[in-house]
Amino acid sequence: MPRARFLGKAVFRMLTLLAAVSVLSFILLTLSPVDPMTAYIGSDSTLSQEAREEIAEHWGLNDAPVKRFTAWAGNFLRGDWGSSITYKKPVRDVILERFQYSIALIFLAWALSGVLGYALGMASAAKRGTLIDKAVKTCCLAMQSAPTFWVGLLVLSLFAVKLGWFPIGLAAPMGKTAAEVDVADRIYHMALPALTLSVLGTGKITLYTRQKFIEIQSSNFILYARARGESAWEILLRHGIRNTLLPAVTLQFASFSELFGGIALAETVFSYPGLGSAVTAAGLNADVPLLLGIAVCSALFVFAGNLMANVLYIALDPRIGEDVRHEM
Amino acid sequence: MKILELNDITVSFRMYERRFRKRELEVLHRLSLSVREGEIVAVAGSSGSGKSILAHAVLGLLPGNAVLSGEMYYMGNPLGEKDKERLRGREIAFIPQSVDYLDPLMKTGRQVQGTRGTKERQRQLFQEYDLGEEAEELYPFQLSGGMARRALLAAAEMEEARLVVADEPTPGLSREMAREALGHFRALADKGCGVLLISHDIDIALAVADKVAIFYAGTIVETAFAKDFQGEGMLRHPYSKAFFAALPQNGFRPTRGSQPYAGRLPDGCVFADRCPARSELCAGEIPMRPLRGGEVKCVHAT
Amino acid sequence: MRCRRHGGLTANTRVRVAVYIAASALYVLGILVWGLKMPESAYGVDYSMKLMAPGAGHIFGTDFMGRDMLCRCVKGLSTSISIAALAAGVSSVIALAAGIAAAVSGGKTDSFINWCIDLCMGIPHLILLILISFMLGRGTTGVTVAVALTHWPELARVVRAEVLQIRSAPYVQAAYKMGRTKGQVAWGHMIPHVLPVWMVGVVLLFPHAIMHEASITFLGFGLPAEEPAIGVILSESMQYISTGKWWLALFPGLLLLAAVMLFDVIGENLKKLMDPGSAQE
Repeated sequence: MPRARFLGKAVFRMLTLLAAVSVLSFILLTLSPVDPMTAYIGSDSTLSQEAREEIAEHWGLNDAPVKRFTAWAGNFLRGDWGSSITYKKPVRDVILERFQYSIALIFLAWALSGVLGYALGMASAAKRGTLIDKAVKTCCLAMQSAPTFWVGLLVLSLFAVKLGWFPIGLAAPMGKTAAEVDVADRIYHMALPALTLSVLGTGKITLYTRQKFIEIQSSNFILYARARGESAWEILLRHGIRNTLLPAVTLQFASFSELFGGIALAETVFSYPGLGSAVTAAGLNADVPLLLGIAVCSALFVFAGNLMANVLYIALDPRIGEDVRHEM
Repeated sequence: MKILELNDITVSFRMYERRFRKRELEVLHRLSLSVREGEIVAVAGSSGSGKSILAHAVLGLLPGNAVLSGEMYYMGNPLGEKDKERLRGREIAFIPQSVDYLDPLMKTGRQVQGTRGTKERQRQLFQEYDLGEEAEELYPFQLSGGMARRALLAAAEMEEARLVVADEPTPGLSREMAREALGHFRALADKGCGVLLISHDIDIALAVADKVAIFYAGTIVETAFAKDFQGEGMLRHPYSKAFFAALPQNGFRPTRGSQPYAGRLPDGCVFADRCPARSELCAGEIPMRPLRGGEVKCVHAT
Repeated sequence: MRCRRHGGLTANTRVRVAVYIAASALYVLGILVWGLKMPESAYGVDYSMKLMAPGAGHIFGTDFMGRDMLCRCVKGLSTSISIAALAAGVSSVIALAAGIAAAVSGGKTDSFINWCIDLCMGIPHLILLILISFMLGRGTTGVTVAVALTHWPELARVVRAEVLQIRSAPYVQAAYKMGRTKGQVAWGHMIPHVLPVWMVGVVLLFPHAIMHEASITFLGFGLPAEEPAIGVILSESMQYISTGKWWLALFPGLLLLAAVMLFDVIGENLKKLMDPGSAQE
């Protein structure tokens, strides 16, 4: 079964890369000038000498780097990701809690940019050369180049400060307890960061879809479809979408890496309590365990995106893994 | 009744030279041709001489930088770009050159049905063209060359057209299949269709066509009956005669020189450079004129 | 219909492309030189002028210490461009070496280099930048090294693909038959072949590098707060935005956006000049 083998290869490659990512992140963080003990217990700790030694023992802080890594990796695989000095909680709890906030944000931005970008791209290509097309193209070039944090600041000053339509930050209204916060509150608070995060992706997907559909329009099978009397609209529906949707969705899945970078910026602007603002805080507070945990999770997230793109291709593109021509 | 009539069709492409000059590259030059009800007219000429452009011009599929002039009539009425848009796929069917013309991601069955066909009709046609039921569910890349071509033929019949324009419909088919495909054209013509068959293969053309139009350097120099090709003397244009003489079964006697390229077409007769009967008269514009039942674009032909 | 291609670029297009490139380069170089030559006094502190809205004298307004925003922005952008230039220099050399080594050697080396590329692209770029900057104790060194070392993977892929196209070309095979070593072939045939594509790639590195520098400076991992830098300026502006001081964010960002887009314009137009076939639009 060539498809299964294709998928197996992708998963295997992903796992080796994931292992390598954790080694690389570990090396980078070990090389930092931060004292490892300080990194694990914070600067103003009042721990006893025994407790310090116990921690040093647990994380192999006095051992050679290789042993230290195996100690960390072993603990990591067992689910002990250390504890965050920034949030005074186990790293795993911090990540799991904040991941929920971030994933909602990412999903919203991802869906928004995907749908909007694809529709704009197809429309723009169908109306190629017109004023609309040119306007869309220019806008998207700008959106693609606009720094996310700047977009965030503009969105914030327009919609939250000037117009007052949306809150200035955070994930829930101040003064409400977690139990009181409902879905509407969440979405209300998520809207601006999600909008900010979707700008970059919308630009990319639009330009890509547009280019793809334009390429296809000059292909022989579109010429033939026209020869058979299909209208421009029928061609878009029957052949345009069929031949552009899969590549566009794949590109969208491959954008997980940029989205993750994007949440670091967008969440910082909107003080949104997700992984993005946590990674910034961890870096600024020299919170090595948290930084390491987030780095590995971010890589896992990126690989998951790539894997989904691969799976989609295998499942949906008939040309993959089958190369048999039926001779008659 | 003439289904299709072309008078002095000229097609040129606006091209940009390396630096500043803009020029027109002429690929079809004052071409005249007609197809009647129940008639198969083959346009024969060497590969890459612009015959496909003729098909595209008739269907209104020329690219944006093409300029078309001359007169076109369909069923006696002027055939403009809007009319072509309305008629193609309905009354005018097109059979393209290769499987590349099928959407790579659409299953063959649906593709043959097109936007207006029914599943029943498609099944019936598949049977007629010896395409198994499983072919319906195959993607174009899974079809063999022969199957793809038969699918294209079936798609053309789906339309119930009055005029079929076929651009090189037989390469990739075995001799037997080719003969069978041509048989389908015959059957279509016998039902009253007109068929414009474009081919570089003169044998194919002669095997099935009623008339053969000899295509040379962007124009049709002669329209002859298929039976005229039994002897050199029956043909009208000096190029046709030379062409006939160069066929393997006729002794393979080639003529000096080569076909002028598109864009460097001479004024006057396109064959004058290589013609033994050339005179001053050949430098002027040569009209297509009727001769012995056919037509010829030569002032000397008798 | 392929007819359209033969003509390549039209004269008009060529002139237009050249004008785009020249104008963009002028803007970018202008900012760079202006910033480098600018004395610190140009954006000196003046509390009597603090938080002024844009107007005559201070067309970008002033900040909370009364510093002229236009001068701070230009100075900052000029620093960004300098860092980006260094990054483009370092990353493009790594990319060239890795791409050619992968394509010329093939086999294990190729797989290994590809694996490294995938590895670097596996961590979100911004997170990788934070990790490297963190390793170096943040600050100017941190951001510069981080930006310089992480922009090679995509260009390396492009170079590799380009070399693969000519690897089996007759003249390359002939060179091997004549006893040339892989190194000699790489130097004599591969590098000249990939040079145009590579140069476009180098220009297209700039926008990414500028953006990444500004981003991690904004987050606090880059240039220190006392330096004039777009990231610092925008980070400071966050405190004033809720009180309606919109100009503190709008203009610096616009200036940055313009620089990023113009580098893109230069790169894309160079591409058109070097490979007219790709310039269908």
